[in-house]
Amino acid sequence: MTVVDWKELVRWDRMPHILCPGCGNGTILNALVRVLAEKFEEGELDPDKTVLVSGIGCSSRLPGYVKLDSLHTTHGRPLAFATGIKLANPDLEVIVITGDGDAAAIGGNHLIHAARRNLDVTVICANNYIYGMTGGQVSPTTPRGAKSTTTPYGNPEPPFDLCELVMGAGAPHVERWTTAHPAQLKAAIARALEREGFSFIDVLCQCPTNYGRRNDMRDPREMVEWLRENTSTREEEGKIRIGILRDEEREPFHKRMYDMIEEVRTGEEGD
Amino acid sequence: MGKVDFLQGNEACAEGAIAAGCRFFAGYPITPSTEIAERMSARLPEVGGVYVQMEDEIASLAAVIGASWAGVKAMTATAGPGFSLMQEHMGYAVMAETPCVIVNVQRGGPSTGQPTKASQSDVMQARWGSHGDYEIVALSPSTVQEMYDLTIECFNWSERLRVPAVLLTDEVVGHMRERVVLRDDVETVERELPPEGEEIEKPFPMEPDDLVPPMPVFGRGHRVHVTGLTHDERGYPATDDPEVHRKLVMRLCNKVRKRAREIHEEVGYDFEERESDVALVAYGGCARTVIEAAEELGVTVFRPKVVHPFDPDMIRDLLDGYEVLVVEMNLGQYVEMVERALDRECVHLLGYPGGYPPTPERVIREVKKLSG
Repeated sequence: MTVVDWKELVRWDRMPHILCPGCGNGTILNALVRVLAEKFEEGELDPDKTVLVSGIGCSSRLPGYVKLDSLHTTHGRPLAFATGIKLANPDLEVIVITGDGDAAAIGGNHLIHAARRNLDVTVICANNYIYGMTGGQVSPTTPRGAKSTTTPYGNPEPPFDLCELVMGAGAPHVERWTTAHPAQLKAAIARALEREGFSFIDVLCQCPTNYGRRNDMRDPREMVEWLRENTSTREEEGKIRIGILRDEEREPFHKRMYDMIEEVRTGEEGD
Repeated sequence: MGKVDFLQGNEACAEGAIAAGCRFFAGYPITPSTEIAERMSARLPEVGGVYVQMEDEIASLAAVIGASWAGVKAMTATAGPGFSLMQEHMGYAVMAETPCVIVNVQRGGPSTGQPTKASQSDVMQARWGSHGDYEIVALSPSTVQEMYDLTIECFNWSERLRVPAVLLTDEVVGHMRERVVLRDDVETVERELPPEGEEIEKPFPMEPDDLVPPMPVFGRGHRVHVTGLTHDERGYPATDDPEVHRKLVMRLCNKVRKRAREIHEEVGYDFEERESDVALVAYGGCARTVIEAAEELGVTVFRPKVVHPFDPDMIRDLLDGYEVLVVEMNLGQYVEMVERALDRECVHLLGYPGGYPPTPERVIREVKKLSG
């Protein structure tokens, strides 16, 4: 067994990274590379067959720091690109890193359709309630009443619950964690990689620079503490439900596609 | 030779794609291009390929680009409004040097316009629809046979240059039925691949041979980072260095520009030289009636099959000294490139905003007016 050190998976020549001090994306990147190193070491995944895909935004820069094949695409569309990658070569393990604006606003259509098709990808959504990279504008997950540069009087819109959204569209494996739960987040990523089909992990995370600053949580620790205190693995009044929200099995899209191709070519039904 | 068939232009396009080695199609139905998707959905599984109907045109081209990076020749087909939606990803494909083929069966516009009528009003959109400076390849067939042949050429030039290639056709050619030879001696170009299993430190070198670097493919151990941002030789974002940007954009443009003449000569063009003061210029479905008029009038006619890249030197070599009448189904797009190449005073336009091509009689009338 080759020992795969997570440090080998980082593109050190790109450091320092562009993320702000205290950003939650660091915790997510940390969890991701450690899980990947473990999976590569255990032989469960092949680093040469693992592809990271992202859209636009702070979280979408993460694949650029990982030494694997990676595609940094256009705003909102990583799942559409991933659909082509996975269907063209089903041997590839495809991981999509996205954010709340990328996945749910401009990319909302691709999100629901990838979930409906049961595309075999692991989606890690860094959900920090805000457009971080463009300087703190309201996003589809910004809580009602929260301040942003485009909701100076408080957000008048109700937010999306991304887990409910993808479950409604048919996603078989859905979890929600926060950056206050790093061990659970690591386990969730590992589980998602083991599952066939569309796995969605909503990671509530802190953006002290653009969300916290305008909503009385300027210190990243305050925001992580807020995430810990306002979430629960049980149904609790006034708290955001975290944990494994759905864990089912459904045949992934590429399998149905290739069974059909096999059937057309041989005239026999695939298994 | 190959199998002789009687096909619709759109069907011939699908057959050309399969003959060129296309094994992935992602699209969204839109008139008058839909028969391409329909034919592909039936034919691709027979040859082990994937057809997927995406949620929109934006997703379609994204999936095509993804498939290309996974190592498969890929195509999408659309018409005006869908082509407009695809523009951001056309730019992405240029920046990330992704071979892919986009078929645009042009219809009347602007906006939803005339879905079932012909037009050639996306000529400039094919060239400049996306933001930023770039060059692509766009070919324009005039017959059903050329729908087959030029689709293959689109794949070949796309793979050779690592650029998106557009089959810039129109409703006239897309929907007509003609005899077509589905050639069995099709020459296909395969992209140049780096050796498998080698990490590539500089996947986007500044000055590669012929300006086109070999293309890393996902899953072969190259470990490359691909981005639509301005990137350095390592593929890493380098957005704040104007010199890196200049060198990258110049290379992306030059790899196409420097081969403009070669592309025209390889793909071919019609130049019927006759003793006349007037020369007619037309392409695509519109060229069919123009050729008829030219024969009747006994005037020179030039029909390019390559619309982009434009080669002003070639146009000067062929058409200098003529009164040139450009006939197109728009209010003046290709004519502007001709004007840049020749003495402006000698270039005239017979432009129809679309619907149908001008009749030979209409062209003849216009030529008679010109020659006084």
